Amino acid sequence: MFETLILILDSTVRLSTPLLLACLAGLYSERSGIVDIGLEGKMLGAAFAAGAVAYITANAWIGLLAGIAVSVGLGLLHGFASITNRGNQIVSGVAINFLAAGLTALLGQTWFRQGGRTPPLPEGGRFREIVWPFAEEIREVPVIGPIYSELLSAHNILVYIAFLAVPITWWVLFRTRFGLRLRAVGENPAAVDTAGISVTWLRYRAVIACGILCGVAGSYLSIAQSSGFIREMTAGKGFIALAALIFAKWKPANAMFACLLFGFLDATAIRLQGQAIPGIGEIPVQFFQALPYILTVILLAGFIGKAIPPKAAGVPYLKERS
Amino acid sequence: MSETPAIELRKINKSFGPVHANKDIDLVVKKGSIHGIIGENGAGKSTLMSILYGFYNADDGDILVDGRTVTISDSKHAIALGIGMVHQHFMLVDNFSVLENVVLGAEDSGLLAGGLARAKRELKRLEEEYELRVDPEALIQDLPVGLQQRVEILKALYRSAEVLILDEPTGVLTPAEADHLFKILNVLKDEGKTILLITHKLREIMAVTDTVSVMRRGEMVATRETAGTTMEELAELMVGRSVLLRVDKKPAEPGAPVLEVENLTVTDKRGVQAVKDVSFTVRAGEIVGIAGVSGNGQSELLETLAGIRKATSGKLKINGETIDLGASTLDAADMRDKNMGHVPEDRHRMGLINSFAEYENSILGYHRDPAYSKGLLMDLAVIRKNAVAEIEKYDIRPPNPMLKTASFSGGNQQKIVLAREIERDPQVLLVGQPTRGVDIGAIEFIHRRLVELRDAGKGILLVSVELDEIRGLSDRVLVMFDGRIVGERGADADEGDLGLLMAGVDDTHSAPAEGGVQ
Amino acid sequence: MSAGRLPRWVDYVLIPFLNLAAAFLVSGLVVILIGENPLDAVRILIWGSLGYGEGIGFTLFYATNFIFTGLAVAVAFHAGLFNIGGEGQAYVGGLGVAFACLALDRYVPWYVTLPFAILGSAAMGAAWAFIPAWLQATRGSHVVITTIMFNFIASSLMVYLLNNMLKKAGSMQPETRTFEDGGRLPFLNDLFPSFGFGYAPVNLSLFVALAASVLVWLLIWRTKLGFEIRSFGANATAAVYAGISPVKTIVIAMLISGGLAGMMAINEIMGSQHRLLIDFVTGYGFVGIAVALMGRAHPVGIVLAAILFGMLYQGGAELSFEMPNITRDMIIVIQGLVILFAGALEHMFRPAIVRLLTPSRPLDAKEA
Repeated sequence: MFETLILILDSTVRLSTPLLLACLAGLYSERSGIVDIGLEGKMLGAAFAAGAVAYITANAWIGLLAGIAVSVGLGLLHGFASITNRGNQIVSGVAINFLAAGLTALLGQTWFRQGGRTPPLPEGGRFREIVWPFAEEIREVPVIGPIYSELLSAHNILVYIAFLAVPITWWVLFRTRFGLRLRAVGENPAAVDTAGISVTWLRYRAVIACGILCGVAGSYLSIAQSSGFIREMTAGKGFIALAALIFAKWKPANAMFACLLFGFLDATAIRLQGQAIPGIGEIPVQFFQALPYILTVILLAGFIGKAIPPKAAGVPYLKERS
Repeated sequence: MSETPAIELRKINKSFGPVHANKDIDLVVKKGSIHGIIGENGAGKSTLMSILYGFYNADDGDILVDGRTVTISDSKHAIALGIGMVHQHFMLVDNFSVLENVVLGAEDSGLLAGGLARAKRELKRLEEEYELRVDPEALIQDLPVGLQQRVEILKALYRSAEVLILDEPTGVLTPAEADHLFKILNVLKDEGKTILLITHKLREIMAVTDTVSVMRRGEMVATRETAGTTMEELAELMVGRSVLLRVDKKPAEPGAPVLEVENLTVTDKRGVQAVKDVSFTVRAGEIVGIAGVSGNGQSELLETLAGIRKATSGKLKINGETIDLGASTLDAADMRDKNMGHVPEDRHRMGLINSFAEYENSILGYHRDPAYSKGLLMDLAVIRKNAVAEIEKYDIRPPNPMLKTASFSGGNQQKIVLAREIERDPQVLLVGQPTRGVDIGAIEFIHRRLVELRDAGKGILLVSVELDEIRGLSDRVLVMFDGRIVGERGADADEGDLGLLMAGVDDTHSAPAEGGVQ
Repeated sequence: MSAGRLPRWVDYVLIPFLNLAAAFLVSGLVVILIGENPLDAVRILIWGSLGYGEGIGFTLFYATNFIFTGLAVAVAFHAGLFNIGGEGQAYVGGLGVAFACLALDRYVPWYVTLPFAILGSAAMGAAWAFIPAWLQATRGSHVVITTIMFNFIASSLMVYLLNNMLKKAGSMQPETRTFEDGGRLPFLNDLFPSFGFGYAPVNLSLFVALAASVLVWLLIWRTKLGFEIRSFGANATAAVYAGISPVKTIVIAMLISGGLAGMMAINEIMGSQHRLLIDFVTGYGFVGIAVALMGRAHPVGIVLAAILFGMLYQGGAELSFEMPNITRDMIIVIQGLVILFAGALEHMFRPAIVRLLTPSRPLDAKEA
């Protein structure tokens, strides 16, 4: 029983990682007032770029950089549309999701001719698990052993980066000048503007930050969790991350718990597939798949607390004529 | 005092598309003075100040600060030059603390801790020096507007502003709060700061400024020493000709009550009582004016009567029918069915849909009238014919019902609203700020129409923050303060007397507010 | 800031044209990147979609889907709502069609089944839009987010239903049994053999779609309800002032929108597949966003845009056959670019055009 729990939790950590990275990415963007439903597309683009470049260079780090570069590029496109041209941020996000879905499959097929996949990564192209000191030695110690060796140790570096990004994001948001301005511009951009700060540059920095984290999230999928890119490999994770962001009420620590919850649901679903639970019977796997979305809708409905987005979210900033 | 002016503007021009908002503006502001800039809505005052604050860039012209020509390309430059601005709509982040708002944009370093600590010390100092007391940890959203404005002033002082621009600062203040603000401004002046006060209220100019400049239609038409001018002269300069302060009308011949409000209480979204136990009557053939500083419950009162806002409790009698407002679910359409018209306070936000054609706006709210439908579909021919008739009768220009409403001027837009509401022949008309942002010619027209409606035996409830308008039009004046009706006066109400009532000063001359207002 | 007003033809013709041109220009660059000749690609695409009867038939078949989903997005647009849930609403709409067909196909001819299929699909699509609509109207939950969530919930629900409840006995495929003749709409090729639509599945739903376009036009521009929907979308405060109920307007507009999206299933399920199956919507709901944007939320524009996207789908299929390097994913790229340029970047060319068309003559300050 305990072992099963550890296994589920271990896989929860793995499944939560991309959600958490994308969720924090969205947090930077939305806190600055830029709604981003293009998390999915950015992750997908990054996953493809990372998979392709890591395959060619046999270097996971260069792959990661390529993933980040593509994701930041898409982020800048979103910024150009929604900040510079004051376009509709939802529409821009939808466009980015389409572009990423189409281009990754199209270029994947053209370049690698494996039905949109990238070839399996060579040695060095994939982030390997980092085994902590003495993990093997204390594995057999009851309780602590499995927790240390399975749950904490033996993840790849991106997992640790993701969870480290939580306190860092909190610190940036609430303890730095950038964070203060970022939060302000999402609430009242005019106040930021009249304080002599460029709303445009501030928001661009936010979408770049968002792009970087999305890039890591996407790279995690193709060069850490798996060995190579496959078509539509994000499979809605960007939207679950968006749901988690709402669930977390745009707060970093909450984001981690929301992503762990959604990751846990996913892990449980995989674990329980085809198994009957005593007294309840078999729960269809689709129920677990839909649960994050259902929970988010219930939250949005205000039945379990109220999710209030940043006040200026989704509204292009325009100096008003008085 | 040195002779170098604090601010000098030379030949400033600014256009927005086809609108020439500032035309060859010259202005000299003496150091250590309070300089007023007065003009009607849309005269270009705010645009000019936004240029000085770097919010807009002038098309051409020179700005001199302390005798040196400068380019102010954004607000950062303005702040660096020692210019601070208190905007009409506060530039504050509602869910930030006072401290965070003060620090925003002047954080000292990449990390917040140091800046916040310094700001806390500095706020303490400013508080002692200028008597500007605010709790630095309070959230903006929990502060009353008067204190929010104080935070704006503190923001500017924290940035070592030498020149402070205030854009219509008293619009949201009670007279008492305004007086307190003027005291602060005088303290600032004594400390050597220069103040630019933008307003359209003559009284304030006379009360607090040393010098006054008058703007009209984008031009600077005169500058006077305040001590050497009069309200009449300034009013004339503002509108370009002598102003008829009184509206030409016969004494009212009030008939039977058409609208009776009993113990109306309205609670707003934040749970604050905006209207408190208000009772009054409007009779046929009279105009009842509601005077008060904006934000004292008049808007909420008007919107509740119009069916837009829910009342907490209270009764309404209209055309003999009694409605329990606390329990009713009546909306604006139901109130129209009861023969009540409504010219809303804010025509852009509420009275019109700017992207709609004129003829579509001419039936907004009355679109369910069977006269405008043929079977399931709307009868556009009838609607347009009707719109053309109103355009003629109200001299709406340009006379084209197909034109988008956004392309009409403020005065003509207001006429569209007025035509729509009056031509449906209401028994009661609710009117809010009928001449806000309307040019002087249209003002007279609108006032005349309202008096005509009264003379036709209808009841009118008029809400306006312009005391002159209230005094000119009303047959009876009710004064609202803090959600209550605090007094009633006749058509010949004395201005000073009304001012005291509006300030919430105890009214000992008339009967208690709740009971005797009939 | 771009206060300049432009003639109608600029707003309705020139700017959409420029946006579209930009999208296709970038698409051409993508084709070059892949190492093919974009002009050849365009030639193949146009020939494949319009060059012969069967091609036209396929183009119209796809266009039928896009008319429905485009109208769905447009009606919500007019109410100021962004219904991004057409995908899920169409998917669930399939249930309505399937119920009607499975219940009736063995007993009555198709023209008796059709009204029930229309009602069923519209009702199911509307039902799927109802909760997001109601939450938006009464609790302010943003409809964009809730409809996205409902797309995913729909997907899980349909997989579950098809696997566990609706599956044909003894089959491994997650799909219902195939409908008999009473549950199949006639193909246009059978009705009008002279057009030579061949094996193209274009069917009678095309006329249902066109009728829906006319009805939507009447609804939006000629009825009181449409007036209320447009008023609410353009200025919600003014709408409340006019006695228009926000709750009612939001819910009704979303129900109509969801219903139209649901009706897309008639074309796919009753018109072509003749059975309910997994993932039959495959993005058509999202394409509706592009179609509505391009068609400026006007039924005429939507029909034209739907045909254009139909051409892309059919021509793209042909293209992937002729130029194997350009897979059908190219269509998705082009869609993305159209949404980007016609939607998010729709004002990109505007300032330049304003500068070009309005001579800089400062008028006298007018009271604004």
